[in-house]
Amino acid sequence: MAKMTKEEVIEVAHLARLAITDEEAIHFAEQLEAITNAMELLNELDTENVEPTTHVLPMVNVLREDKAEAGLPRETVLKNVKEHEAGQVKVPTILE
Amino acid sequence: MKFYDKTAAELQELIHSNEATITEITKQTIERINELDPKVDAFLAMNEEKAMAAASEMDTAPMEQRGPLFGLPIGVKDNIMTEGLVTTASSRILEGFNPIYNATVVEKLRAAGMVIVGKLNMDEFAMGSSNENSYYKKTRNPWNLDYVPGGSSGGSTAAVAAGEVPFTLGSDTGGSIRQPAAFCGVVGMKPTYGRVSRFGLIAFASSLDQIGPVTRNVKDNALLLQAIAGHDEKDSTSADVEVPDFAAALTGDINGLRIGVPKEYFAEGVSESAKAAVYDALEVLKEKGATVEEISLPHSKYALATYYLLASSEASSNLSRFDGIRYGYRTNKASSLLDFYMNTRAEGFGDEVKRRIMLGTYALSSGYYDAYYKKAQKVRTLIKKDFDDAFKNYDVIISPTTPTPAFKIGEIIDDPLTMYANDILTIPVNLAGVPAISVPCGFEGDMPLGLQIIGNYFDEETVYRVADVFEKATDFHKKTPQLWEGAAQ
Repeated sequence: MAKMTKEEVIEVAHLARLAITDEEAIHFAEQLEAITNAMELLNELDTENVEPTTHVLPMVNVLREDKAEAGLPRETVLKNVKEHEAGQVKVPTILE
Repeated sequence: MKFYDKTAAELQELIHSNEATITEITKQTIERINELDPKVDAFLAMNEEKAMAAASEMDTAPMEQRGPLFGLPIGVKDNIMTEGLVTTASSRILEGFNPIYNATVVEKLRAAGMVIVGKLNMDEFAMGSSNENSYYKKTRNPWNLDYVPGGSSGGSTAAVAAGEVPFTLGSDTGGSIRQPAAFCGVVGMKPTYGRVSRFGLIAFASSLDQIGPVTRNVKDNALLLQAIAGHDEKDSTSADVEVPDFAAALTGDINGLRIGVPKEYFAEGVSESAKAAVYDALEVLKEKGATVEEISLPHSKYALATYYLLASSEASSNLSRFDGIRYGYRTNKASSLLDFYMNTRAEGFGDEVKRRIMLGTYALSSGYYDAYYKKAQKVRTLIKKDFDDAFKNYDVIISPTTPTPAFKIGEIIDDPLTMYANDILTIPVNLAGVPAISVPCGFEGDMPLGLQIIGNYFDEETVYRVADVFEKATDFHKKTPQLWEGAAQ
């Protein structure tokens, strides 16, 4: 049974770009350990010669005709942007 | 006159004989929602003004140009994009998000002349089985307000069960239409993967997600699937296959139908009443000429683990787009760009979403990829093969939709593994990609039970035919929750 430590959870949270407190990391470590242990059930199966399934239907990549199409107007695209200026997305100052 | 207990065909008859107008039906629908929803909490946002305007315009359309759903009201799950109508997927990270385009299914609803009355609550990003994971509100089960409606499309099924609206759209990644349909005693269909365009559906697990219809009867369900199905060049995973006439498939004839009943779906954890209701249903279908045999889907017990690894992995990738820059919630606590991302996401996502993002990130991370993600993809192949093999000899596979009826709000929310177990009978269907419906088939106490009918790829017609025969032979779909009568009309 794999053990999930607080440190591992903090590392995973960092990879996932989620801020996490020590207390939360302990809580999630317990839950994720239980969940990943339940997932170990799959190791019962020999899948050495089994092909992985990524999609259930036989699919090929679909390309549209290489023809320029008008995108959405800039004004529309900026509609949900919290702050914008001169048609550009404004973000908080992050450099001193 | 009350409209909320009518079928699509009955409503059209009233409209076409000038006994009702689309405006009257829309108005009554909105009034009923306003009256009942303070108890049920199914709706997140209402579209009253635009719905009334659309209705009055539709009332002027020539009768001969109107299809079977023209002018009828519908609610849409909140992970489906509706232009100009706030769409949040029940997440704080999309609070106030106002889509600038419609999902393909919404365009299709408009083309069919349906009137969108509002958006329906769900578990955040469709992750959950109880609707308790919504950032905004907890939807309640109309059959008993202390119980969950199921999830993640719990708002969609509760609204239909309460008679607030006769049609809704949900989405189903591991059972998210069928499980709440069973819990609320309504009809919910997950179509074949690729049958319905996912363009404009906020992605959870792209290889599993599918939009589908929720209604109070099978015929209306078939009509609604008809309206939304079909290939879409904007979704490269939508299938370029012909869409048959689903309503025409309801012939009432299932003579010679071969039903397989998987023994693994009646194992430990499945309640006696759920089993008994299905055995009774099988007797009904036998009387109509079907044959019933026990079968085995030997990899069923691996489906839950496979699903949570694959769905969480896909989710961790899909949800990386929510970074607070171009839209959605934005933190005000950040001293660096990394801080900005991390705080925005930590404040914007709920616990279940974080759990799955972390599980997925872990399963995809170097050193674990082969052991978890790739392993799960391989087991998915075995699970799919179980279904392929079964459909060589059987026309449909029948089981309970859920192991138990609805549980109480708050009962298992802190125990993710027990919560996940709600979906053990629906998850294999998504992994295989085949279609399946849940129809009402009994009660345990006051709470409804669902019958799951699973079909072969792109054979929704047979699924609907069997569901319709069962519905016509039984009265379960005619029962309504107490709250239904409580509303004055």
